[in-house]
Amino acid sequence: MESPEKANYWKLVLTGIFKENAIFRLAISLCPAIAVTTGLRTGVLMGVAVVFVNTMVNITVSAIRKFIHPRIRVPIFMLIISGWVTVADLTMAAFARDAYKQMGLYIQLIVAFASILTRAEIFASKNKVVPSFFDGIGMGAGFMFALMSISFFRELLGKGSLWGFQIIAAKPLLIMLLPAGGFFATGVLMGFFNWIDMRFYGGKGAGGASGH
Amino acid sequence: MEKELSKLFEIFIASALINNFVFTRFLGLCIFFGVTKKIETAVGMSVTFTAVMMVSAALSWVVFNFVMIPLDITFLKIVIFIGIIAAFVQASDTIMRKVSPGLYYKLGVYLALISTNCIILAVPLINAGEHYSFIDGITLGLGSGLGFALALIIMASIRERLELANVPRPFQGLPIAFVTTGLIALAFTGFAGIITT
Repeated sequence: MESPEKANYWKLVLTGIFKENAIFRLAISLCPAIAVTTGLRTGVLMGVAVVFVNTMVNITVSAIRKFIHPRIRVPIFMLIISGWVTVADLTMAAFARDAYKQMGLYIQLIVAFASILTRAEIFASKNKVVPSFFDGIGMGAGFMFALMSISFFRELLGKGSLWGFQIIAAKPLLIMLLPAGGFFATGVLMGFFNWIDMRFYGGKGAGGASGH
Repeated sequence: MEKELSKLFEIFIASALINNFVFTRFLGLCIFFGVTKKIETAVGMSVTFTAVMMVSAALSWVVFNFVMIPLDITFLKIVIFIGIIAAFVQASDTIMRKVSPGLYYKLGVYLALISTNCIILAVPLINAGEHYSFIDGITLGLGSGLGFALALIIMASIRERLELANVPRPFQGLPIAFVTTGLIALAFTGFAGIITT
């Protein structure tokens, strides 16, 4: 009884990370993907914040899903999301001061993430608490994975370092730190994931139908 | 007086070109990539956006300074701003449908998309963070709106051409759009030298 259920939860998490990766596959919530990925550290912090908010929102929504009238569900979801974002925002401001200065605005803007609202709408409001929890973790982790891979390349090529430690002594490519570099890195990685999908899984490519 | 005017001008130029929302602050990318497939939609979107941005900047400034600061509840700004914007967008949607159905037919779709958009929320948040005055806030809204419009129109006209280009298959669609945006962003870094303070 237990093993198929467990496998199911794993599947939920893995779907969020690979098949429905918010950034590379669905192409939603793109703004922070470029804004906070100049360094691995900020990328990871942002990812942690998103995992937290996504999971907590999913849990809350699915716990009270029977009391929400369908007509006013979207405003209620927004309220729940902005409440949890405020929690993440204040926590971040207290514990990671230096990083917060760089990315404060973007933490606050998690509110407007389409990926979180979508998950609340299409998954958490129809499922029990436990699956919603795993779904939230999966979607959040997928997001974090995308942020980490983008910021890995940007910090490595742009500063020659990782997590602040010097790794390559050569003169770094400044362009990777500029806004333009973020767009390049995201575009190339997205193309790379499309290529993997086409080559090994028989996907049709042209990923990211582009939502908002 | 002259000093104030030059400050306003500075905010305007800075928000429209130097700190262009799309190319240097990376906000509203979802909309940016979503509606730039055709130039018509891009224009419609930018008109709606600029208007909503200015009004929501004004509304949230009033609420922030006359309600939230006296009550000392500024930590609730995210919740309150998003509430104001959602309410305003919903209201203008309803009013527009009654008053001018023609305009609603043209712009209504965009209005629906706007309420949960990061750019619209960012303007009040920046205003609150920088302690701008009322006029400054509206100028920031106008500048960012026009900057966004510029970005949308440039991108839409490029993408209409891009449809005809022969792009490697994994890069078709969004990836190539990203790389193109990177190139435009590179050009926009040139504006950084306009204002020296």
